[in-house]
Amino acid sequence: MPFFEAIRMALQTIRAQKLKSGFSLLGVFVGVASLIAAWGIANGVNRYMTEKFAQTLYGVNTFQLRRQPMFTPNVPDSVWRAWRRRPRIRFSDAEAISQGLTVPVITAWQSSDRVTVSYANKEARDIDLTAASERYFDIKNLGIAIGRPFTGEENRSGAPVAVLGEAVAKRLFSERAPLGKSVRIGGVPYRVIGVVEHQGSILGFPLDRFVVVPALSPAQNLVNPPGILDAFLVKAHSDLEMREAISQAEGIMRSRRHLRPKQDNNFALDTSEGVQRFWAGISTILVTVIPGIVIISLVIGGIVIMNIMLMAVAERTREIGLRKSLGARRSDVLRQFLAESTTIATVGAAFGILAGIGLTFVINAISPLPASVSPASVVLGVVMGAGVGIVAGVYPASRAAKLDPITALRQE
Amino acid sequence: MSAVQLFRTGDTPRPDVIILTHKLTREYDMGSELVRALRGVSVQIQKNEYVAVMGPSGSGKSTLMNLIGCLDTPTSGEYWLNSQKVSDLADDELARIRNKEIGFVFQTFNLLPRADALHNVELPLIYAGMSARSRRERAAHALERVGLGNRMDHKPNELSGGQRQRVAIARALVNEPSILLADEPTGNLDSTTSQEIMGVFAELHHQGQTVVMVTHEQDIAAHAERVITLRDGIVATDQARAA
Repeated sequence: MPFFEAIRMALQTIRAQKLKSGFSLLGVFVGVASLIAAWGIANGVNRYMTEKFAQTLYGVNTFQLRRQPMFTPNVPDSVWRAWRRRPRIRFSDAEAISQGLTVPVITAWQSSDRVTVSYANKEARDIDLTAASERYFDIKNLGIAIGRPFTGEENRSGAPVAVLGEAVAKRLFSERAPLGKSVRIGGVPYRVIGVVEHQGSILGFPLDRFVVVPALSPAQNLVNPPGILDAFLVKAHSDLEMREAISQAEGIMRSRRHLRPKQDNNFALDTSEGVQRFWAGISTILVTVIPGIVIISLVIGGIVIMNIMLMAVAERTREIGLRKSLGARRSDVLRQFLAESTTIATVGAAFGILAGIGLTFVINAISPLPASVSPASVVLGVVMGAGVGIVAGVYPASRAAKLDPITALRQE
Repeated sequence: MSAVQLFRTGDTPRPDVIILTHKLTREYDMGSELVRALRGVSVQIQKNEYVAVMGPSGSGKSTLMNLIGCLDTPTSGEYWLNSQKVSDLADDELARIRNKEIGFVFQTFNLLPRADALHNVELPLIYAGMSARSRRERAAHALERVGLGNRMDHKPNELSGGQRQRVAIARALVNEPSILLADEPTGNLDSTTSQEIMGVFAELHHQGQTVVMVTHEQDIAAHAERVITLRDGIVATDQARAA
């Protein structure tokens, strides 16, 4: 029997057995689509975290001098307690490093805490108040939507001016213009001079609920004891220069802290690598567990498809017997079933790919989860979906085709 | 019926002997017991004979028919069809024999329910590797021969029992087989339709077709010119009838 004859026969059968073909097709479709979508979420979150999240928190080629690392997964209590006993970072440390670095960098001070910001009778609670120096906006890559950032002069003089995150501006001023208005932070009035561009969210956490004020403004007492910083931010032009700056900063700090060569640093020089390492731990779980669950469900789905197909073939054992009694060879029967299963699996997988990609885009658009299609998932989805469909169709047929025609014909 | 050749193991049948079985046995292992459906059947059938195989149920007549039709494989013994020793053949060669040499008519018709009459009759030609056009012509011609030229696009459930059996006969004949085998061809039909089908068989025999059919009805067997009776898996009687 020529191959096109097998295909023609397969198409006839598929048309004749719409329900069974539909179910098998649906099985492959759902399997492929869900694998691509779930993998897409894992992939998207992972990429987002490594590419965007780390840079949102740290900025490119940027490191932070802190008392302890910002992201600290699975730290034993003893280490944690040791960190808490470390001396804090002081204004004077920041100044010493600024003067000591020979690499061209821009720097900023940063201290943050949660506060309530109010305007007239409106309040915005739980707002991230950051007392920072003027280059903070550059290092954090915070574009100004309206108004302006504060200047170095305003920072040094501790002027009571504030730059609002978009969410805070909306909450306090709704549609009215916020510029020039006076908001109260810790009982002190601050003049609004700018609003930062929309930042969106990370994994559902809003990034627009903040206020930035000059590091030396009265609010410095709200975020830290006098003369103390949460972090000193240093941004270099390149990765290489950043590494040089880190080593210089380390030397400066060690000498300021009078550390002997064998003593460990009692401060942290944190880069986005740290957060990426922290994330790598979580992402291993994410990129193995989620697709793992999907693969398990695909296998279960595959067993279901296989069952449907097995039942269908059992029903068709008589047909196989009849075809053999009319002169079909075993290979003819196999070819017919192969063509049939392949057609169903191919169509199912094709629609599955489209739906999976579509679903990934929809998830990306309407949920806080960033999702993006991973090519590997498409390949794996097709291989598994089509493989299950084809094996499930051909294997039972091959068993039936081995029987004597009369045995197959008599099977109920 | 001419004189029967005495056949011994190692011999080859005479060319005019189309079917020859020699000490053919078939046993079924039913788990707890061994069922010996055929216990050594030796028959010879010549070209253009019309033979009825009779016997009570369980006598092995259907088993013999399935072995002659290559739908089943014997446990031991020889089976020669058209001077070819079929009992030795491999699966694919058997498929070719079933396709070219044998036309089988079943009691239950065994048509593909979702295919129309024409496609059902076409099936053996597909496996013979014939092109689509000549297939259609041959299948249509075969249907016309059994008087169903105007029912080609009907599905089996749109046909009466007699018409279904005619489709099955057309399918059996479409490849111009050496033998037409029928296992209780009238078993599912009323007596009028049965007579009709017997008329078709008689006509085919008249045209030179070798016909072997299994039946347990005397009046159906009466259409044949020779009756072989089986009992307990062996040949009990084998006699020619007055035509």
